[in-house]
Amino acid sequence: MQYAQQPSAIQRREQLKQASGLLPRYAVCVVVALFVLIPIFTTVISSVKTTSEITGAPFALPTTLHWENYTQILVEGGFWLSILNSIIVTVSTVALLLLIACPPAFVFARMPFRGRDIIFNVMLFGLLFPFQMAILPLYVMLRNLHLVDTFLSVILPQVAFGLPVTILILRNFFKEIPQELEDATYIDGGSQIDFFWRILLPLARPSLAAVGMLSMVGSWNNFLLPLLVLNNQALYTLPLGIMQFQGEHSTDWALVMAFLTLSMIPAIVFYLFAERYLIAGLTAGAVKG
Amino acid sequence: MMQLTSLSPGAVKEAPARPPARARQSSIRRAGIILLFLLPSALLYIVFVFLPMIQAAYYSLFSWNGLEPLQDFVGLQNFYTAFKSTVFTMAFLHNILILVFSLGLQLPLTLLLALIIGKRLPGRAFFRTIFFMPFILSEVITGVIWSFIYQPDGLINTTLAHLIPGYQVLWLASPQLVLGSIFFVMCWKYFGLNLVLYVAAIGNIPDEIEEAARIDGATPLQIVRHINIPLVASTIRLTMFLSALGSLQYFDLIYVMSNGGPIHASETMATYLYQYGFKSYEMGYGSAVGLIIFLICFVFSLMYQRLIMSRDLAGTGAQA
Repeated sequence: MQYAQQPSAIQRREQLKQASGLLPRYAVCVVVALFVLIPIFTTVISSVKTTSEITGAPFALPTTLHWENYTQILVEGGFWLSILNSIIVTVSTVALLLLIACPPAFVFARMPFRGRDIIFNVMLFGLLFPFQMAILPLYVMLRNLHLVDTFLSVILPQVAFGLPVTILILRNFFKEIPQELEDATYIDGGSQIDFFWRILLPLARPSLAAVGMLSMVGSWNNFLLPLLVLNNQALYTLPLGIMQFQGEHSTDWALVMAFLTLSMIPAIVFYLFAERYLIAGLTAGAVKG
Repeated sequence: MMQLTSLSPGAVKEAPARPPARARQSSIRRAGIILLFLLPSALLYIVFVFLPMIQAAYYSLFSWNGLEPLQDFVGLQNFYTAFKSTVFTMAFLHNILILVFSLGLQLPLTLLLALIIGKRLPGRAFFRTIFFMPFILSEVITGVIWSFIYQPDGLINTTLAHLIPGYQVLWLASPQLVLGSIFFVMCWKYFGLNLVLYVAAIGNIPDEIEEAARIDGATPLQIVRHINIPLVASTIRLTMFLSALGSLQYFDLIYVMSNGGPIHASETMATYLYQYGFKSYEMGYGSAVGLIIFLICFVFSLMYQRLIMSRDLAGTGAQA
């Protein structure tokens, strides 16, 4: 009886000690949270002001909500077009990346053959190549293939440069699926393809989601590559659309802030929904990569 | 284990005797699957990653505007020009400055925050959601938001003017401040990633170890110093590596916020490459600059992995 009580008394003292330590810890967290959130809130608040209100008193809340900033952007159509372009590029990139990264990840995880490690390391070597190093030859190559000013000129290099890290992460996930399942497939007369397609991929769905969502963020935010290969404004993805809009309305901050707010909405909504997968993908890649 | 794997077709070929016809057929089939599985990704990788790298090395030996036939061979002249260029050497120094500040300031502060959050601060998931948010916003959105905040009559200057009337700082227009101002934004944008990795690593430390140390009378500071930090050391080494490589290659926020200016005060190697290689159609020279960036990153990676990360990579196959 006494033995059972003792730890609980220690625990209670421990809890008390911890609670008194909580306040400064929360204070730090709140300060950092404000540091993160103030720029975002400022953007949102400024988007319903007029530009003269912004420059006059940046902290003041708007006296009336100026939704006309939004209506002007939504009616003009450039915003919708760049959102649509970004969706096309991102969805194609992720779909193609998963489609062609899963099979090699399977081979590298579960189908040993002579020379496999060499091929795997050559591919991993690609992790060290800074994208910047290759952009000029890449641009020349895309031009020779007549792909400049098409979505493919963004999609294909994005997939190619995404392959090393995606294959690496998927290989680690695929390795963890128990050997017994694979053996059972073969005993039942299935082939490697059966195992890959019917057992492994369905089981790996959470890891596919993690990897897919990470590359989704990368593609959605990619800036340098579209900047180089997309000259036609009708093809601009969202980052290019924002740059262009800011260039055209550089003095009208309220309008620019409304455009930014609209651009943040899809990213933040996606983030709140996908946070778990994104963080799972990042930590898996970091811990094992 | 052996008994089980010997049932798989792949293991049959390990048998020393002549393989029966059926096994031979299945090993051909297996080779076919491997080929089919590797080919599409290999093709894309070779065309869009490997070949451009080789071509960069080749183009770098020419003076070439990217349009005319490639015939003006200049040897190593482009590399010589780059090393002689004060703008490029300044750009390199800026990359090094960003690297030093990232490793010396951003990572330690982020680690401190991760230790403060610890394992089970109630509400830590809520804070994590906030802290990680800037990481998923694009560099362009981030850059434009902060350009707005940094404007001469923007948020920061208005606050300062309340404290000291008439005081105004040109955050992005002053050559002395521009790099620091942008570095601050880089911290805002990227600390969440490192934080998530640190918090995950701290979460993986078994409770028993800290418990045992506490029972042995270790102070909280001693626990941090002798238990938490050593046990997340491999994550620290990894984030240092990623931050350093990112710093050496940095482009986006700088292009959006200052375009390398004023008077090259925030130029990095990558913005230099964009300006002098792409914008002015010096494909040969730009390729040489790209190759220099690559060599710097490559030498750094090799040294770092040899000297610092060798322990972490053992057993992952990455060095096999």
